[in-house]
Amino acid sequence: MEKNINVKLKIWRQRGPKAKGEFKTYEMKDIPTDTSFLETMDILNEELISRGEEPIVFDHDCREGICGMCSLYINGHPHGPATGATTCQMYMRRFADGETITVEPWRSAGFPVIRDLMVDRSAYDKIMQAGGYTSVNTGAPQDANAILIPKDVADEAMDAAACIGCGACVAACKNGSAMLFVSAKVSQLNLLPQGKPEAAKRAKAMLAKMDELGFGNCTNTRACEAECPKCVSISHIARLNRHFIGAKLKD
Amino acid sequence: MTKIDSKIPEGALAEKWSNYKAHQKLVNPANKRRLDIIVVGTGLAGASAAASLGEMGFNVLNFCIQDSPRRAHSIAAQGGINAAKNYQNDGDSVYRLFYDTIKGGDYRAREANVYRLAEVSNAIIDQCVAQGVPFARDYGGTLDNRSFGGAQVSRTFYARGQTGQQLLLGAYSALSRQVHTGSVKLYTRYEMLDLVVIEGRARGIIARNLVTGQIERFAAHAVVIGTGGYGNAYFLSTNAMGSNGSAAIQCYRKGAYFANPCFAQIHPTCIPVHGDKQSKLTLMSESLRNDGRIWVPKKLEDAQALQAGTKKANDIPDEDRDFYLERRYPAFGNLVPRDVASRAAKERCDAGFGVNNTGLAVFLDFKYAIERLGEDVVRARYGNLFDMYEEITDENPYHTPMMIFPAIHYTMGGIWVDYELQTSIPGLFAIGEANFSDHGANRLGASALMQGLADGYFVLPYTIQNYLSDQIQVPRFSTERPEFVEAEKAIKEKIAKLKAIDGKHSVDSIHKKLGHIMWEYVGMGRTKESLQRAIKEIQALKEDFWTNVRIPGDVTDLNIELEKALRLEDFIEVGLLMAYDGLNRNESCGGHFREEYQTPEGEALRDDEHYSYVSCWKYAGESSAPELIKEDLNYQFVKVQTRNYKS
Amino acid sequence: MWLFTSSVGRKVVMSVTGLALILFITFHMAMNLVAIFSAEGYNMVCEFLGANWYALVATVALAGLVFIHFAYAFWLTWLNRQARGNQRYAVTSKPKAVEWASQNMFVLGLIVILGLLLHLFNFWFNMQFAEIMHKDLVDMGGGALIAPHDGAAFIAYTFSKVWYVVLYLVWLCALWFHLTHGFWSALQTLGWNNQIWIERWRVISYVYSSIIIGGFALVVVWFYVKSLL
Repeated sequence: MEKNINVKLKIWRQRGPKAKGEFKTYEMKDIPTDTSFLETMDILNEELISRGEEPIVFDHDCREGICGMCSLYINGHPHGPATGATTCQMYMRRFADGETITVEPWRSAGFPVIRDLMVDRSAYDKIMQAGGYTSVNTGAPQDANAILIPKDVADEAMDAAACIGCGACVAACKNGSAMLFVSAKVSQLNLLPQGKPEAAKRAKAMLAKMDELGFGNCTNTRACEAECPKCVSISHIARLNRHFIGAKLKD
Repeated sequence: MTKIDSKIPEGALAEKWSNYKAHQKLVNPANKRRLDIIVVGTGLAGASAAASLGEMGFNVLNFCIQDSPRRAHSIAAQGGINAAKNYQNDGDSVYRLFYDTIKGGDYRAREANVYRLAEVSNAIIDQCVAQGVPFARDYGGTLDNRSFGGAQVSRTFYARGQTGQQLLLGAYSALSRQVHTGSVKLYTRYEMLDLVVIEGRARGIIARNLVTGQIERFAAHAVVIGTGGYGNAYFLSTNAMGSNGSAAIQCYRKGAYFANPCFAQIHPTCIPVHGDKQSKLTLMSESLRNDGRIWVPKKLEDAQALQAGTKKANDIPDEDRDFYLERRYPAFGNLVPRDVASRAAKERCDAGFGVNNTGLAVFLDFKYAIERLGEDVVRARYGNLFDMYEEITDENPYHTPMMIFPAIHYTMGGIWVDYELQTSIPGLFAIGEANFSDHGANRLGASALMQGLADGYFVLPYTIQNYLSDQIQVPRFSTERPEFVEAEKAIKEKIAKLKAIDGKHSVDSIHKKLGHIMWEYVGMGRTKESLQRAIKEIQALKEDFWTNVRIPGDVTDLNIELEKALRLEDFIEVGLLMAYDGLNRNESCGGHFREEYQTPEGEALRDDEHYSYVSCWKYAGESSAPELIKEDLNYQFVKVQTRNYKS
Repeated sequence: MWLFTSSVGRKVVMSVTGLALILFITFHMAMNLVAIFSAEGYNMVCEFLGANWYALVATVALAGLVFIHFAYAFWLTWLNRQARGNQRYAVTSKPKAVEWASQNMFVLGLIVILGLLLHLFNFWFNMQFAEIMHKDLVDMGGGALIAPHDGAAFIAYTFSKVWYVVLYLVWLCALWFHLTHGFWSALQTLGWNNQIWIERWRVISYVYSSIIIGGFALVVVWFYVKSLL
């Protein structure tokens, strides 16, 4: 049943990328358990504004778990303790009365903090621009059903394509590696016949861009997969490795 | 009185678009490089337009407020995208898709535009498949389809419950490719704050860098607005938190007509409001209505017991359940169009039959589907939606019926555009949900994705050339021109003024008040009195905003409260426009239901004789009511009739 | 060269050297088991692997593998710490699906290397190295003299000392953890994996590591128990 709880929010505040950050603790009273976590943040911000303080800056948009904008590292987990869900899909009933909830930004060299809990994830766009597409112009294609794609292949491509680009994989990885993100896109396109002509090129280009942007080397800890809100599997990383190594050996 | 020219090409309905393309003016490849186009927004319409224009060789500047183009709210569309492929051999055709869309829109859309939309729908599917969009497939490897409300064929293509996401990622990847080649320059975390008009033509924008707080100027030969709808005027809606109507309102203030603002779609299957701290409403896919049955109790005392919490849904036997959609609309049952389903829910709740503590919810019950198909089949079809519902409400929909209630979802109204998607300001174009064009008074499910991509991939890239062909001699404009300087100055002054108020209320608290006015008086059922009252209250709220808002922090730096305040100022304008438009339209049609105009059975009563037009509103200054201009909807090909979903 | 410049390339080097080392220890474990059954048999193997040119070449190659594996481990760890950024999380929590070993491979590797040094001191230094130095007998202190090719005697001597037994068991334990992750991880890095095989490889990793480490530990314990009798 719904009830009200009191919690302490221990939140990372940081003015800018170069500024030194610190934790600040805020007491939250009488929060209904059917309030979402981000709504609790809203309530806190309303209080801060009413006191004349600056609100806590955090990324959020669709609040239904699909846009990939929200990004908080809560109690040691990207997107909080719930599995298969984003921060915005988490409700206060997950927390105990009196609990202290620690909220941090994604911490990785690839994602510098902009302010407070907001980080810069433009590196992901750059990786996409390096090869996350099929080179086809508008208006050129043949009829959609002219390419037959077995259901299991389409399904596996869809599993990979479910990635929302939130960056939780990098945030969870002790190596700050973006392999799960990169491999999900490479895997989706390389599995499909439409993506095959550029498969080798794509694997090389996207991986090279990832390395260039300062993400780490994957050591297969599987933390990314465990924390991914869309449960993207590391089997896609194996496929990326395979395609990359194959392409390099051929060169 | 201002005359409106919608520039519909001559000829038979099916030949208009081919005729247009055959005779329009084009820009040769060498000249394309010299032409700059600003595209604001990176949703389905914006991203697909920016990518396609980039591929053609134009120099594109693409803006979005989020940190990546992939976050645009198109991503949240669940159900699917329509196309007239007739892969299922169930009698579909371009004409039938056109007809269903016109009828679904309650005969308030332009025939020629809708026909073109149906015509290009098939090419969209081809395009998306080529991009690697993983649409659902059959075992034979061909594409699968599902059916949606308001249609009697299966023409909806889908990618699980994430079709919008996959289509947007397709457009985003095409866009990324163009960014890589250098033809598109991306400006993320930038918000358009004004349109710059030089000698009567749109020539640029003023935008704020949301990270640094700097105001910057951008010039171009044409400006394209693809910034989505204005549903967040209601505060609570299924839109994203950042979705806003500001770009559209800026264009309106600069002279672009705003068309049919009162046509807002209320989606019947959302999770009900649970408290005053709520920030947004969550949509449960329309596809649930394929197998779920919607009901409220037959007996008022049962409803009261449910409201008091002394009875549970499962305590009410089948014979005491009122499946009101099946009762009222036997032919379409639970699959009536959205506006009809929403109104029916409201009618029952108004009569006191609501089923939760607020009295504002109805049941969507899967008990019957589970009995018929088994829990496993239901889980395979809707498992992810059920999980989402349980996470939010803490109730298991396999055992107790879901509770749903209508919520604001989509706005059919928007910036007025002609057949070429050009607004009443030359050089300014509007695409996707931001324009008003194709859905009339109500949008059918799976049509928004179709329209956004049709505009972006297949319509605008053609029609914009007709405008640009005589712009090739125009050199790039300097952003030092007085028009830019003045626009920037005005914005800086407005920001300084907002900051100086230093009142007592947060932006959100005022926005919530606006939302309340909108929902109460410009909501699902409107009357002359309620709309008049809305106008009065919104004007008072505007005053309240300008005297009481508080924006903490530095407004020349990253400032989220300033962003919200600027948007709210525009939502207030949107709210007024919606109320004026609703007040003018003395009929009920689609998403606009005036309680004075209904049949004895409670169905919407259209007035084709007097209101078969697009209402275009022209800005008349800060303190005056806007001027109404009418574009007659001259139906030549379709016989206009009363929508009938009963038999 | 992509084996230096790309992240996957660097990981390929780790995988290939790692797999080669697994092959080596598999052989080594098999050889050790011989000591339980027959001291002569074991010493024959020792003689075969004495100061012969092929054994020396193999030793140098093996040292090379260890060095590359070790150097890359340092390099990768350094790169990964940089990628992680300067600011650490205040609260961390390990998801259930994450193996402890996988996040501590470097520390486990260090323990393995320290154990290896001890092992080289106990055996290789006294055996192959002593042969290279043309020693006929090695003085183990306390009047114990053992011929360099008498491996069985070295085993019996070393594992009669309880502190060596404990150190060796700790070392083997670290190696077991290291292998349980390292084995399937190497295959994953080389791309020989998919949704079905991922769990299979993991099970195989655990079984295989347990067999190898079990074999080594058996010899240690066997000779310790024997020394007590």
